[in-house]
Amino acid sequence: MRVFDALLVEFRIALRFLSENLSQSLLIISGIGVGAAVIVFITALITGLQANIIEQTLGSQSHIRFTAPDEFNRVAPAPAGTVQLITETKRAQSLQSILNWQELLAALDSQPDLLAVSPLISGPAIASRGVARNSVVLMGMEPERYLQIVGIDESMIAGSFRVGGGNTVIGSELARDLGLALGDKLLVNAGDERATTLQIAGIFSLGVRELDERFVYLDLQEAQALLDLPGGVTVIDATIADLFEANDIAARLRALTSLKTESWMETNGDLLNALSSQSMSTQMIVVFVGMSVAFGIASVLAVSVVQRTREIGILRAMGSRRQQILRVFLLQGGVLGLLGSLAGAAVGYGLVQSFNVFGPKLFFIPIDPWLMPSAIALATVTGVLAAAAPARRAARYDPAVAIRYV
Amino acid sequence: MSESQATPVPTEEVLRLQGLRKSYNQHTPLEVEILHGLDLQLRRGELAALVGPSGSGKSTLLNVIGLLDSMTAGELYVLGKPTSSMDDEARTLLRNETIGFVFQFHHLITAFSVLENVLMPLMIRGSKPTPAQTERARSLLRAVGLEQFANKKPNAISGGQQQRVAIARALVTEPALLLADEPTGNLDTHTAGEVFELFRRFNREIGCAVLVVTHDPRLSASCDRTINLVDGHIVSDAANVPRVQAALQ
Repeated sequence: MRVFDALLVEFRIALRFLSENLSQSLLIISGIGVGAAVIVFITALITGLQANIIEQTLGSQSHIRFTAPDEFNRVAPAPAGTVQLITETKRAQSLQSILNWQELLAALDSQPDLLAVSPLISGPAIASRGVARNSVVLMGMEPERYLQIVGIDESMIAGSFRVGGGNTVIGSELARDLGLALGDKLLVNAGDERATTLQIAGIFSLGVRELDERFVYLDLQEAQALLDLPGGVTVIDATIADLFEANDIAARLRALTSLKTESWMETNGDLLNALSSQSMSTQMIVVFVGMSVAFGIASVLAVSVVQRTREIGILRAMGSRRQQILRVFLLQGGVLGLLGSLAGAAVGYGLVQSFNVFGPKLFFIPIDPWLMPSAIALATVTGVLAAAAPARRAARYDPAVAIRYV
Repeated sequence: MSESQATPVPTEEVLRLQGLRKSYNQHTPLEVEILHGLDLQLRRGELAALVGPSGSGKSTLLNVIGLLDSMTAGELYVLGKPTSSMDDEARTLLRNETIGFVFQFHHLITAFSVLENVLMPLMIRGSKPTPAQTERARSLLRAVGLEQFANKKPNAISGGQQQRVAIARALVTEPALLLADEPTGNLDTHTAGEVFELFRRFNREIGCAVLVVTHDPRLSASCDRTINLVDGHIVSDAANVPRVQAALQ
């Protein structure tokens, strides 16, 4: 209580000192405000942009992909005491099923890290209509599981996501290339005389040309028959809660299942690189803006300490302790940081909302509920730290000298 | 020194200097001694004038006595407590509790009202002034004739009025010792007389010891005692007889 009372007195002196030099205080508060607004806006913008890019990228793919291990040549071990020289040709990777995938699926289903797991059989085929042909990727899956991985039903531009019973769902680019509409027939040939005719039940557009041109969704069993892997699946797709844990979870599950795993972070290395460079540049902006704000506060308080030399002297003569003088100036720094960042956070919020309402509307910037409180807390702490040097100087004044300062 | 510490301190003694020395730029070729082993005693209720030519060390002595500056050698007792070995914290506390200052330039804090300035020595103790303390501050302002300016800012009143506020401020803690460094040096003769009258009045009413540095022979003559400092030596220290006689009557 006593400490609180003492701090209250110091706070009162600090506020009076700031309000006495109102124009000087308002000027630096505006400066801090501009800095805080830039930090809030840039951080929200970049975070929003990154979230949007990740959502776009991961909207059409799973977070972790499990496939059968690569085939390799088995070499008989050489007898002891002999040297073996081998000329090896790498084996071609044929389409092969994941062994015991049903059991693995059940095991993965029980993993708490995984939100959804879906089996998929995927292989090449030629789709044709009349004389027009296109190479496609057959995607055989169970819709109720697959839709939890890729929300393709939200990207339908015609019909619905319905497979089985000779129905298929294709991408918009393929539909355009082959002139297909809902209800039309599509001949799919997976080689070796394995061919079937499918009816278009839906057309999707994921916004990624490669996928919209190649993906042909069909029932798991139909795809197994076409790709000559009865009862088999080639891929198990999974999604996770924390996207950036993908590598760690993939590594752990690789050890658990002996399958080959690929996380989205591995397959999108360039994207991650770009995102982290972007984050780094945002951090640089935040640090440099923060530094200029700190220098601003420090210089204003340095001037104030000189202006108030005699008052500091008289306070000391009346019995103010050095620590008290120190805290009066530290509090001034904190108050400047707090008020400036409150104003700045409000302006930053306004800028973000203006961007969302009046901007190019390429993407929406959500504001993290922690962004503004943390910007304000950071600015307040910066204010206190920036005040350290002037405050120490004030506290060190020799009262006998300070009183006579003209 | 231990011998003197053992000596019983007279209850009315506020201040005692024993062989007090003060040098600047110690241990450098520029070392210069300002005060050369001063002995002095001041009792409760005494009003003493410290006079001497410019550069004789009056302000330095006042700063050392006021615990604003440290001594080089000797001892300074405030209310019987030896101060030479005190750290800054202890000296600051003792200063707040026992010593009041009035300077030539009133040095009010312009960001606070007149009343708040008077209360400042209590406020910086770290607690809200009690209603009794606020009342005391008001009565001091009343005593210096400035109660109606209590809520005004210091720069809204005249220099003489500001100096009276500074006196009220110096007395709000009921100090045992009031130190004034040329408190009237910046005022016209008439205002100076009024201000000085206040020192005499509070000296009598509160009973604190007052040590006033002044260049004005009229003012020093109206004190109980005149201490004459020349080149860092006390060359004379005598009671002003007419004043003592007047007081005795």
